Amino acid sequence: MKKIIAGDYKWLLILTLIMALLSIPAACRSSGGSVEVLGEWGGEELASFQAMVAPWQQSTGYNMSFTGTRDLIAILTTRVQAGNPPDVAILPNPGLMVELAKGGNLTPLDSFLDMTTINQDYAQGWVDLGTVNGHLYAIFMKASDKGTVWYDPKTFTANGWTVPQTWDEMIALSDQIVADAKVPPAPWSIAVESGASSGWPATDWMAEILLRKYGGDVYDQLVDHTIAWTDSRVTDMWQMFGTVALTPGYVPGGATAILATNFQDGTYLPFETPPKAAMDYLGDFTAGFISTQFPDLVPEEDYSFFPFPTITEAYSGGVTGGADLVVAFRDTPVVRSFVQYLSTAQAQTIWVKRGGFTSVNNQVSLSDYPDVLTRDAAQQLTGATLFRFGAGDSMPAAVQTAWWAGVLAYLQNPSQLDSILANIESVAQTAY
Amino acid sequence: MGKLVANLLAKRRTPGRRSARKNYAFWFWVLPALVFVAVFLVYPVVGTLRLSLMNARSTANVGLDNYTWVFTDPAARDALLNNVLWFTLFTLLAVGLGVLLAVLTGRVRYESTAKAFIFIPMAISFVAAAVIWKFVYAYSPQGFTQIGLANAIGTGVGLPPVAWLVEQKLAYLGQLLPAPLHTNNFALIAVGVWMWTGFAMVILSAGIKGIPAEVMEAARVDGASEWQVFRRITLPILAPTIAVVATTLIIQALKVFDIVWVMTTGNYGTDAVATLMYKEMFSYQNFGRAGALAVILLLAIIPIMLINIRRFRAQEQNR
Repeated sequence: MKKIIAGDYKWLLILTLIMALLSIPAACRSSGGSVEVLGEWGGEELASFQAMVAPWQQSTGYNMSFTGTRDLIAILTTRVQAGNPPDVAILPNPGLMVELAKGGNLTPLDSFLDMTTINQDYAQGWVDLGTVNGHLYAIFMKASDKGTVWYDPKTFTANGWTVPQTWDEMIALSDQIVADAKVPPAPWSIAVESGASSGWPATDWMAEILLRKYGGDVYDQLVDHTIAWTDSRVTDMWQMFGTVALTPGYVPGGATAILATNFQDGTYLPFETPPKAAMDYLGDFTAGFISTQFPDLVPEEDYSFFPFPTITEAYSGGVTGGADLVVAFRDTPVVRSFVQYLSTAQAQTIWVKRGGFTSVNNQVSLSDYPDVLTRDAAQQLTGATLFRFGAGDSMPAAVQTAWWAGVLAYLQNPSQLDSILANIESVAQTAY
Repeated sequence: MGKLVANLLAKRRTPGRRSARKNYAFWFWVLPALVFVAVFLVYPVVGTLRLSLMNARSTANVGLDNYTWVFTDPAARDALLNNVLWFTLFTLLAVGLGVLLAVLTGRVRYESTAKAFIFIPMAISFVAAAVIWKFVYAYSPQGFTQIGLANAIGTGVGLPPVAWLVEQKLAYLGQLLPAPLHTNNFALIAVGVWMWTGFAMVILSAGIKGIPAEVMEAARVDGASEWQVFRRITLPILAPTIAVVATTLIIQALKVFDIVWVMTTGNYGTDAVATLMYKEMFSYQNFGRAGALAVILLLAIIPIMLINIRRFRAQEQNR
């Protein structure tokens, strides 16, 4: 009998302990001095983000706790549905933001941010992208630029080639490089192998072509699927890419090499000794691949980029790319102070100086960028008159995957373009 | 409790007595298995059948449209043909090489070392093996340094480099196959054979070891050549074992997924039914088509499973 009572006490003790443990997070939350941020960053990026937030923590005495996940969309959707969203989230593209804003899950930022300052600090294009139904819901930071064609300026000078400004000049230059048969003998390096997402570099090519030839409206219509994949402008986009990828002599090894070469290895060709190709189109992150593979090369002297050439004059400032968005789910003094702080040039400059961060805030001084190429990319982005997120990333995942697969099929059998497009269209019809 | 069970069992064995208690016991024993089979086999199969007759999002009935798609769409047709290719070539090569190696390694002094080497691929995680094979098949255009083993050897003797995983019509081999079959599947099947030959060899070798030495001796004393011993003694006695290994490998070939997925993701016309099913399900969210592919795969596997079970039972009875 005695033993049983002792056992009961033990259980009581354990229960009390469990309850005490459970109440710890609740206690933390109720203190109000903390902001929980959900995002995809980890490692180097997270360290930089924490460095960026540190002065805010010091001056306000508030705390920031960061939850990093590779599966952001799933976790965020679940938490929002469960009524337990984080205070602030960093989203990788605006699609989810628009959905959440329309669902009434987000706090409008213009209710507490000084919009005069925001309009001063950010180009109209960026403010528009963060606005839903007349309210600002997101501010943009950490942008990337996909309008970059990489080349070796020394090779160009040595061979007497000039950087093309327009598509026609680019094709003329390509023909000239083939005809010159100098070193390098081929104008282009294109490589699309990327494991399960093979094909994406080509979809970046096409998105850039579409934006610069037909402008933002047609671009948005394809992303929203209000025009079909069988539309003549879409077909044209594929064929223009095909002109570069499939013209004999343009890419060493032709379509087979494009399919079999890893996209990262493809970026090396213009910078090998001797160079095997003159140009490679890929986003601004290419600088990292080149500097790691060829540590002796000097940026801007040995490797550099020129903006993707103009196709239609009216859309000449168009840039595709990506950017992380800051959105808020709760409206508390801590969240207000935190978001306000993140939007400032003062905060963003901290990460800019650490490297790997391109700000779209005009007030971030270009001289703060650690290297010339990031500065050039930042300049191209902050001045972008027409910015669009990478088309594939803004589409439903099924359509994006079908586009990738379509690229591979097209490169092997260009004559089947119509049936490939019909296929993507049928995926799109069920996905939207 | 133990006594009760013993009683029940004893009662069950008494012929002609069908008491209510006996029936109880029967259901008591069978129920867990029935629940298991119902939840994990019958329910999913019926569910898949139902999905396969509905549209992409399972909102409306579309009859046999998804099955029509499987047999008319070029990508689905590729997948079906590729599975036929896997089914025949992979099984023949893995079993053939398995028999050959089992017989040959049985006759040398360094038997266990040789067998260990052949069996190692079976023990390597496939993702690691895929990295090895991606290096073997790596391709660079003509005139570039070839880092891939296959192309380094090929270009070394003056052949043009081949993108083994990409090219649908390989030089020389392309002519051997009718048009719709893609020859880059050979590169994938070779990996499968590399992995599974060791398995076939080990089982068959055990089978060979089980053949009584007297029978062989007798044949040799009667003047049979080694080939005749193999053909008239080893093979017939080994036949049931070969059948078991072959059916296992056929099932393996029919549901092939990992090799294709890791090496090519089914791109370049190398999709198998299982990879296409995965894509339709998880990439394109077309539950109807994925369901139809799953049903077809199931129908293809059922007869082989039945043969396997019948063989197994026959073997058990012979013991």
